[in-house]
Amino acid sequence: MIEFQAVTKRFDDGTTAVDNLDMVVEAGTITVFVGPSGCGKTTSLRMVNRMIEPTSGTVLVDGEDIRKSNPALLRRRIGYVIQQAGLFPHRTVLDNVATVPLLSGWTRRKARARAAELLETVGLDAAMGKRYPSQLSGGQQQRVGVARALAADPPVLLMDEPFSAVDPVVREGLQDELLRLQADLDKTIVFVTHDIDEAVRIGEKVAVFRKGGVLAQYAAPAELLSNPADDFVSSFVGKDRGYRGLSFLQADGIQLGGVSTMGLHGEHLSGERPSTVGGPDWTLVLDDDGRPRGWLPPGVVIQGEPAEEDLRPGGSLYTEGTALRGALDAALSSPSGLGVVVDDAGRYTGVVTAQQVIDLIEERRKDAA
Amino acid sequence: MFDDLSRYLSSTSNQELVLTQLLQHIYLSLLPLVIGLALAIPLGWLAHRYRAASGVVFGVSNAVYTVPSLALFVVIPVVLGTQILDSLNVVVALTIYTTALLVRPVCDALDAVPFHVVAAATAMGYRPVRRFVTVELPLSVPVLSAGVRVASVSNISLVSVGALIGTGGLGVLFTSGFQISYTAPIIVGIVLTLVLALVVDLILVGLRRALTPWLRAGGTT
Ligand SMILES: Nc1ncnc2c1ncn2[C@@H]1O[C@H](COP(=O)(O)OP(=O)(O)OP(=O)(O)O)[C@@H](O)[C@H]1O
Ligand SMILES: [Mg+2]
Repeated sequence: MIEFQAVTKRFDDGTTAVDNLDMVVEAGTITVFVGPSGCGKTTSLRMVNRMIEPTSGTVLVDGEDIRKSNPALLRRRIGYVIQQAGLFPHRTVLDNVATVPLLSGWTRRKARARAAELLETVGLDAAMGKRYPSQLSGGQQQRVGVARALAADPPVLLMDEPFSAVDPVVREGLQDELLRLQADLDKTIVFVTHDIDEAVRIGEKVAVFRKGGVLAQYAAPAELLSNPADDFVSSFVGKDRGYRGLSFLQADGIQLGGVSTMGLHGEHLSGERPSTVGGPDWTLVLDDDGRPRGWLPPGVVIQGEPAEEDLRPGGSLYTEGTALRGALDAALSSPSGLGVVVDDAGRYTGVVTAQQVIDLIEERRKDAA
Repeated sequence: MFDDLSRYLSSTSNQELVLTQLLQHIYLSLLPLVIGLALAIPLGWLAHRYRAASGVVFGVSNAVYTVPSLALFVVIPVVLGTQILDSLNVVVALTIYTTALLVRPVCDALDAVPFHVVAAATAMGYRPVRRFVTVELPLSVPVLSAGVRVASVSNISLVSVGALIGTGGLGVLFTSGFQISYTAPIIVGIVLTLVLALVVDLILVGLRRALTPWLRAGGTT
């Protein structure tokens, strides 16, 4: 747990970077600091590992005032990842990752073994350990940066725009990876970004800062999108927050539709049509376990088993009980216009249309008003 | 002329003289290089770390470097109380020159170390001294080595001047040659000075390569 108590940072030139910050970052959560450039996110972050000392106020890590700890020792217990990865160009990837264990007095052998293990954890081939950082792609360098921060198994991880220097596709992969890692590791993570999409995607709590280092709102992402505290927050989260908000609406209340289905061996499973003749509607083909395999277009006539080339690949699947955004994505990406809904085991349970999702949003909006 | 040379070099006493002066020359030029570098590193760090200090440090080092070497060779014995012919004078004088020459390259080299790398080292929990020795210094080698190469050549040529006041080195071959109007020792002296400068430079290049394996890794960024 990290606690800011009335923390203010005023630089020598009179700039107030952080103004009377009071907040609690819960242990074991990903908390995102978001806000426009210059609003004090980095300054707030660096006051946690004493890279910057507050002008007034107190920062507590796990209940202890950080001023009582020696800065170097404190930092070895707090992982830190920055935008340019900040890897040591003169050390191999493996030795980069082994940095903090070595500083903490581990033997070189043990530190390297630990480092090799961590490379795998962040999804890098152990053979990459021998390379120098300049021989890695930007995304790989960021992974090494994360591995290095995790090496001594610190309970707290500070990440300052760790993924903003990589392209959007790689970034999304890295975000997923971080969420997957966090599910196992259960660290207290503070993550700085100025990308609101990134913030609501990975944050369990989001702190929105405004210029002058003032905390504008501190809430769960769903709350932030549905209930912005003021005009600044609402304009910062943006016009398309309706769509982002779908990430947090549940789909309960949607009446699942049915569609004719057939098995992989041509057996008729449901719907009003014989199994050997294509019907007037789309037919969903399921495998033996009831998992969707693809769509058979209307009017296609097949004899016996549907062949692979008869099938149109389906769009994304929507798993029951997950956020509504997935239902809309499924409907829009399906060749039939029908989003395929599956249960936790991936078995077909029904279909949903985009119109149904939109109607539900309208309904919710009326309820809220 | 080649006759002269071969006759000069066939004498055992001349051979001994040349070898002794060559070793003396190496000692007189390289010892100050090492000490000067060791002094320039903290001074350059001071200039790098505190902008206010950099004005003073660079001002003094520039001023020192403009003092003629011969004058320095003559003044140092007075200041140190050493004998005028003591080779220590040359070591001290060249150490001062080397330090003055290297302060700026050291500062530039430290400035060239990416700021975010140093900040990352601090955030990992490095204490300042260890960070300097294991992160900043190794990363400053590429820029610094250029300065060290200049200083080594400068020292090797300046040691010859010391011979004018009789402190030894290959310059002795010049002065004795002039005195007796005999070109053979002069040519031997010039050739050996050039070869020495070249060999030392090659060694320094090799050293730099050995210290910077990551530069040869053929990066993508
Ligand atoms: N060392 C410093 N001296 C003076 N002012 C500073 C210093 N560091 C930061 N500031 C100022 O403090 C404010 C907050 O800076 P900070 O780096 O925390 O912003 P940020 O939210 O991280 O911005 P960005 O998104 O651009 O990284 C800015 O106005 C900045 O100019
Ligand atoms: Mg910042």
